[in-house]
Amino acid sequence: MITVWATVLVASLGCYGLKLAGVSLPESVLNHPRVQRTAGLLPVAMLTALVVTDLFDANGRYTADWSTLAGIGAGAIALRFGRSPVVVFLLAIATTAVARLVS
Amino acid sequence: MSTATTSSSRTCAAAIEPAPFAAPAAITRAAAGIGLYAGAFGIMFGALAARSGLSATQALALSAVMFTGASQFALVGVLAAGGSHLAGLSAALLLGLRNAFYGVPVTRILRPRGLRRLWAAHFVIDESTAMAVAQPAPRAGRYAFWATGITLYALWTLGTLAGTLIGSGIDISALGLDAAAPAIFLALLWPQLSRERARAVALGAAVVVLGLIPLAPAGLPIIAAAAVAILAGLLPARRGHGTEDQ
Repeated sequence: MITVWATVLVASLGCYGLKLAGVSLPESVLNHPRVQRTAGLLPVAMLTALVVTDLFDANGRYTADWSTLAGIGAGAIALRFGRSPVVVFLLAIATTAVARLVS
Repeated sequence: MSTATTSSSRTCAAAIEPAPFAAPAAITRAAAGIGLYAGAFGIMFGALAARSGLSATQALALSAVMFTGASQFALVGVLAAGGSHLAGLSAALLLGLRNAFYGVPVTRILRPRGLRRLWAAHFVIDESTAMAVAQPAPRAGRYAFWATGITLYALWTLGTLAGTLIGSGIDISALGLDAAAPAIFLALLWPQLSRERARAVALGAAVVVLGLIPLAPAGLPIIAAAAVAILAGLLPARRGHGTEDQ
């Protein structure tokens, strides 16, 4: 419990520190092309990694839950058609629930 | 929590292009809409946090102090998957890094001085930045920043509280809520994949993570994926494609 609190607080203060650095650092540092490019690509890599581990990682072993994959597939199709994240979210969980019910 | 990651690079254009002054009423309506949306997302976050074993107070602390959606989802996601605390912390910080870059346009618009910097920094997130830079004049930009930031903050924390209350009492699996976290991450990722280099990074990160799942301790594959982004970011822009990554 204490380590959870420590993680919550350190991560929270760290994220605030990043915001504060943004409004405090000289523009020249943050406007450097390589810094900008890396900063734009980091969320892409992190979000991809989170999707992949959520779907295929069961504590170090490969896994695949077909109901969840069906839900994410439905969400991807909704995204392809420009739907908002809330629609994507609702469609994904509804599809997963129905797929689980019938499988 | 939103899709405005690339907005900072458009700031200069937004600041100098002449355009009709947006009435505060329109900004207020937009801020209220974003706030409601954030409230719904807050409920999802609270429910996921409760399911990940976080107490209601811890989930609320994340929404109130960390106050940046993707990092919060990442932290509880890694912990729920059995990842180490260090891995969860790293994922949250790496995703929170983009907020530092929002500081550049936000500072140009708000011009915060002294202690106001400390206060303004807390509200620098995807939505408040996107709303601020979208306004034609600094005055409207300042109003948009605060209206969006404060409305969203209030509803995001309230939503989180509601989510923690209902989250522990429902059957996650039967309701399909185990698809919630990856669906949210995919929705946040999608708009960024319009850039060619971003698609390459996503593919590289997916390959690295899939390869490392059986080899590395939980959470480490996610951190390894960051290396793909850093490598790709250090590579110079290709000839003739210089503006593509902006």
